[in-house]
Amino acid sequence: MHLILVSAGVILLGGLAALSVRSRRWASLLGAGSAAAGSLIGLVPALRAALGAPPESFGFGWPLPGAALSLELDPLAGFFLAVTLALSAVTAVYGVRYLQSTPGERSLGPAWFCFNLLVASMMLVLLAGNGILFLLGWETMALASFFLVAFESEKASTRDAGWVYLVATHLGGAFLLALFVLFARAAGSFEFEAWMGTTLGASTGSFFILAVIGFGTKAGFMPLHVWLPEAHPAAPSHVSALMSGVMIKTGIYGLLRMSSLLGPPPAWWGGLLIGIGLSSGVLGVLFALAQHDLKRLLAYHSVENIGIIALGLGLGLLGMSSGSCTLAALGFGGGLLHVLNHALFKGLLFLGAGSVLHGTGTRRIDDLGGLLKRMPWTGGAFLVGSAAISGLPPLNGFISELLIFCAAIFCVLHPSSPGIVTAGIAAVAGLALIGGLAAACFAKAFGVVFLGEPRTEAARGAHEAGPAMLIPMGALAASCFLIGALPVTVVRALGPLLNQVSGFPLPDIDRVLAEAAGIMAGVGSVIGIVLAAAAAAAGLRAWLQAGRSRETAETWDCGYARPTARMQYTASSFAQPLISLFSPLLRTRERLHGREGFFPKTADWSTETRDASREMLFEPLFNGARQVLGRMRGFQHGQMQIYVLYVVVTLLLLLAVSLRAAP
Amino acid sequence: MNWAACVPMAAGLAAAPLLTSVINRTKAFFAGRQGPPLLQPYYDLAKLLGKGAVYSRTTTWVFRAGPVVGLAGAVGVLALIPAAGLPALAAFPVDWIVFAYVLSLGRFFTVLAALDTGSAFEGMGASREVFFAALAEPALFLALAALAILSRNLSLSGILSGLQPGLWMEKGPALALVVGALFVVLLAENARIPVDDPNTHLELTMIHEGMVLDHCGVDLAFIQYSAGLKLWALSAIIVSLVLPVRAGSPALDSAAFLAGMAGLSVAVGTVESCMARLRLLRVPALLLGACALAALALVLVLR
Repeated sequence: MHLILVSAGVILLGGLAALSVRSRRWASLLGAGSAAAGSLIGLVPALRAALGAPPESFGFGWPLPGAALSLELDPLAGFFLAVTLALSAVTAVYGVRYLQSTPGERSLGPAWFCFNLLVASMMLVLLAGNGILFLLGWETMALASFFLVAFESEKASTRDAGWVYLVATHLGGAFLLALFVLFARAAGSFEFEAWMGTTLGASTGSFFILAVIGFGTKAGFMPLHVWLPEAHPAAPSHVSALMSGVMIKTGIYGLLRMSSLLGPPPAWWGGLLIGIGLSSGVLGVLFALAQHDLKRLLAYHSVENIGIIALGLGLGLLGMSSGSCTLAALGFGGGLLHVLNHALFKGLLFLGAGSVLHGTGTRRIDDLGGLLKRMPWTGGAFLVGSAAISGLPPLNGFISELLIFCAAIFCVLHPSSPGIVTAGIAAVAGLALIGGLAAACFAKAFGVVFLGEPRTEAARGAHEAGPAMLIPMGALAASCFLIGALPVTVVRALGPLLNQVSGFPLPDIDRVLAEAAGIMAGVGSVIGIVLAAAAAAAGLRAWLQAGRSRETAETWDCGYARPTARMQYTASSFAQPLISLFSPLLRTRERLHGREGFFPKTADWSTETRDASREMLFEPLFNGARQVLGRMRGFQHGQMQIYVLYVVVTLLLLLAVSLRAAP
Repeated sequence: MNWAACVPMAAGLAAAPLLTSVINRTKAFFAGRQGPPLLQPYYDLAKLLGKGAVYSRTTTWVFRAGPVVGLAGAVGVLALIPAAGLPALAAFPVDWIVFAYVLSLGRFFTVLAALDTGSAFEGMGASREVFFAALAEPALFLALAALAILSRNLSLSGILSGLQPGLWMEKGPALALVVGALFVVLLAENARIPVDDPNTHLELTMIHEGMVLDHCGVDLAFIQYSAGLKLWALSAIIVSLVLPVRAGSPALDSAAFLAGMAGLSVAVGTVESCMARLRLLRVPALLLGACALAALALVLVLR
């Protein structure tokens, strides 16, 4: 625990130091250096706790009523902390070069201060053992990330994105505030320890709903996800990576922590999370397919992956409610492992998108193309991330999705209730569909951005990022491979974490994990066969082709002699069949100009897919609220005498009420 | 090392191209032609393996990786397929999920290789390939999940070698639905009519052939061979379901299995001879129909 405090101290002091220096260079070095160093220091105790070291706590009182500075490091907190700190260190290193290349002479001190504050506040959220302390950390996290999103505040779109994020995060925060106050009233204290085992009776369900809405807004459950596709593209790329990779996971952490405090879950909690998971997963990937902005596409994929995580957690909760240790261990294990995996590959993909933006100046997929030749290392790393997020073996995404598949199949094989069977079938079919669509989406993203011919001058003039940006990406790509290569070790290490989350005894969980490890060993053998076959095929081809003619020519174009880059399939055309099949859900608008007359000369076609829940749920809601509240504006004149009159009238009313109430 | 476990894989590696030739002979029969010799696919492979290469200037290493990863994926898939009552080389619980995802891996790289050429035709093929694959995936998963529940066994080898002919009496409708769904998946995954026409030479209508327009020589040989392996793997699953013959002697079992494979190829050839390719817009309906069949089978199995 002391190492954690040292780590938080280093990060915060470094942030303050960055704020106080004038030079852009020194601000970056101080901010990023302290964030990276502090994260590495904190990683040691976090990993130890995640792997089953006895829980530690730390605390002293605080003059604020109800609050106490109590910190608690158990396997659950340790796991999320380890993920957070690992990605923080990597993104901080990447950010040095990335932020320095931003145009203008803007001072970087505030940006680094906010970055370090964000990391420290995430640590506080994960470690807090007291409701008020948790909420303080939560709000600090929201504000620090808001200022980071609004970093390029001279752009109107960025200001708009920041505004959407601020509103959304506070809406979620309001639900959490209600939840915490109600829970504290029932338990008589804000300490989580006192909450544990409080009997809530009938209100348990409503508390869970409050937690799902409050934490789900941060995590990005459909339809509460509206801020993700706005905020992630607007933020600087290393911040997008940190926010998408780990900050939204604090929502998942909060949900898990809260459900463990709420006591044994009824089956419908699991069902609710499975439903949310499936709708977020399928709709997230469909909306991603329809996007033209690389970072916006990645943001929708965060919604999809949060859906997969929620699916795993929902299956785990079903396991707890039906008393099945196997289902609980597989579901929670898959969901939590996906938390780690998503942090790695989504971090990698956002950093890759940042390098593309850095090297070409655009995020529009249809303006890019052919970047693999100009940015070979970034392209390679992006390919690794694309394969991992599509759940393809031998990378890490496959391992966690396989665990969730196993949980879903277990549901179908052991039908203890009709609900469980339905959940299992829906999860199998849904995950299969999500997997296929994600592969389609990343074939599009990687294929259109990095392959083929450059579509514009910006893409033609792209330049590779420097080693300071490539090394962090390389580290993330290597860890995607590492988890994919060592699934047995990884799965077996989940024991203590699952013991805490599911409440089943450790020996039972270890037995389930040993079985899962057996499956993983089988996966390893198939991957071994695939790799051996690939090596053999590549060797055979090299041997056969040695000494034979090997020419280069134009791409075959059916005899047409002057192909141009504009003839290539674009992101819009690649995704068009899927988009039109799912058009009732996506409501994509198509625009076709200039196809008039018998001999049309020029024509252009474009599509735009706006966020359905923003358009159909939030905009009507906010417009309605504005209309209702607009009527109240009549009370506000700005004239002091009238305000004094309000005070007098209120006081008189209160007096009347209290006189009536008194005997 | 259990050498018997290598037999199904070795048989697949050796005999897979024969299926294509049975299909072609069937189509020739319907057209009143004699058709190419049975060994023609091998001659074609040998010819292609002996050629040099022409690569497009636009392409990168991804283009060269496509055929290699595609072939490796097909070989990996084959290692999971049992045949004639013999278990597969690799068998473990839920290996059929690995089966589907290794297929995806090969497809992902084939699609990327197509996009790497920057050709509109190949982009078109790639777009359609991922479109149909995404819709075929749930059908495949649901069908295999139904089989797993039916046989109370989680590995492909366990499912298929544990199947008894008596099961058809007991669970006939569910099995028939699964076979129907898997047959549609087989047609879609292997680019056969009514989903795709392997013989068409109009680039606009091609899917799989469109994607590989720019490959030649050794690369093209790899692609054709892996297409054969994929066809063999999916056919073997269907044949093991339809003909769960356990005569007791390995020779008889193998003969029944091989006869079944030939029969299935004749069926594919018959479908190709009697039907035209569906309009692209109609294919999703076919694939969603397969999903529905598989889901129905699952419900019947659980009842």
